[in-house]
Amino acid sequence: MNAGAESTRQERDDPLLVNPQIVVPLLEGFIQDEITKVGISNVVLNLSGGIDSAVSCVLAARAMSPENVTALMLPYKTSHPDSLGDAQTLARQLGIRTMTISVTEQVDPYFEKFPDMTPLRKANKMARERMTILYDQASALNALPLGTSNKTELLLGYGTIYGDMASALNPIGDLYKTQVWQIARHIDVPEEIVSKKPTADLWPGQTDESELGFTYEKADRLLFHMIDRRSSRAELERLGFEPAFIQEIENRVMRTQFKRRLPLIAKVSMRTIESDFRYPRDWGR
Amino acid sequence: MDFKVGIAQIAPALGDVQENMKRIERCIERALDEKTDLVVFPELALTGYTLKDMVPSVSLRLDSPELKRLADASRRLSIAIGFVEESPDYRFFNSAAYLEKGEILHVHRKVYLPNYGMFEENRDFAAGSRFRAFNAEFGRCGILICEDMWHPSAAYIIAQDGCDLLIALSCSPARGAQSDGDLYSADAWQTLNRVYAHLFSQYVVYANRVGYEDGVGYWGGSEAIGPDGSLIARAKQFEEQFLTAELSSEAVRRARIASPLLRDERLDITQRELKRIDRERQE
Repeated sequence: MNAGAESTRQERDDPLLVNPQIVVPLLEGFIQDEITKVGISNVVLNLSGGIDSAVSCVLAARAMSPENVTALMLPYKTSHPDSLGDAQTLARQLGIRTMTISVTEQVDPYFEKFPDMTPLRKANKMARERMTILYDQASALNALPLGTSNKTELLLGYGTIYGDMASALNPIGDLYKTQVWQIARHIDVPEEIVSKKPTADLWPGQTDESELGFTYEKADRLLFHMIDRRSSRAELERLGFEPAFIQEIENRVMRTQFKRRLPLIAKVSMRTIESDFRYPRDWGR
Repeated sequence: MDFKVGIAQIAPALGDVQENMKRIERCIERALDEKTDLVVFPELALTGYTLKDMVPSVSLRLDSPELKRLADASRRLSIAIGFVEESPDYRFFNSAAYLEKGEILHVHRKVYLPNYGMFEENRDFAAGSRFRAFNAEFGRCGILICEDMWHPSAAYIIAQDGCDLLIALSCSPARGAQSDGDLYSADAWQTLNRVYAHLFSQYVVYANRVGYEDGVGYWGGSEAIGPDGSLIARAKQFEEQFLTAELSSEAVRRARIASPLLRDERLDITQRELKRIDRERQE
């Protein structure tokens, strides 16, 4: 076998490639089914102008109908104007309702009280302010708040607990970032959104990959082998991942486990929530 | 004998037996309209799958009014259906009943309860302990429930017990959608169904559910496979559907003449070698 044939096969066998013909209807069905069976017909989500919320938004608009989807745009005074612009372009394209509410007036008085706040604390505070607006508007609109965290950031804990990680249901939480990109192209997310550098827009000029210190492509490949394939350390090294990088990612996943779980409850009784009181969330639905 | 089987690919309501009874009785009406002789429902069709601590509150005794109603309906057509069975000694089984002519003709209690990865059936259910074929109006049948099908010994025993029609009920979750292929779950099940039909020269009627529970989508794709391994009918994925297929005992006869695998099977060798392996494992 020549080297060219080998590389073609590797490309075709890229384990991170998903089949959008299967995944998109699966996710649309998920949104439609899980929302309507609780007796609700509306969805609300925070649309940042980034790829993750764009994909969740398009899926929701396709699953429900555009008039049942409301996108909230919640900029801070330092947010990049393109973020808002891209979000508006997408919302117009989909014909969904939008609401723009600045969080500046909400968070600045708090920031003034604590002038030594680090950028990370400020970012978390803003993420949680956006969450309170999301849940309040969900209540006002009789809607369920839709999540926009992908599998990469959930596993890496690269998000704010009870902030952007909070939602009632999340259609993209089992898709790695690079898979979200694949789906985005399939469902016609505008090219400006697909091709821009991922950023939480936490401070001017920030990008996820520079802050994390590695690319999503590299992290996704490792996470896939580590989590989905349950590969051993030795296998991961044979695949070409440096031991230090494996260790770094493994530490991140372990250290952030608390973000993916409900708070711990001290066991007292014979039947404790989560440990021996276990019901599905769709109980009686 | 020729007969028509219907597969009710439904999305049960989770934990709501009365609502599911209504839906099932509507399917039975539909099956009668379509002149089917046997209608097959998925695993846990009366309750939904992700029950956890709900199991004891949705369980049915074999003498419950619900099973009595289904038995009454079986005077008009035969019914195979999954439910939670409560035994007189208060054990709870993931069971399937075959009802015919007003009676519960056979009950299969799922033997292999998956307890790994996303599954924890061993926490909630008691395990069955037998694989038996039984004589039904349309020939000799066997029932396996989902994970049972992943143990070839289960299908083998049922086949050696003379089964002409293997009824497989499942709640198979949709998983794995890589590259340009089909769902991992669909590929796997279609292979299993086809292999068991072909190797054992028997019909396989596979009823899978659809709908979502706690984020898990059930993919459907119910199908009927002929005793030569050929596809007779297959339902759509992710949609409720009533699928029908015409079956004939003549086709089983033809397949067993063409490939007399059942005739040539050496149960004595199987038994002897399994005993040896078991003995060696104990050592």
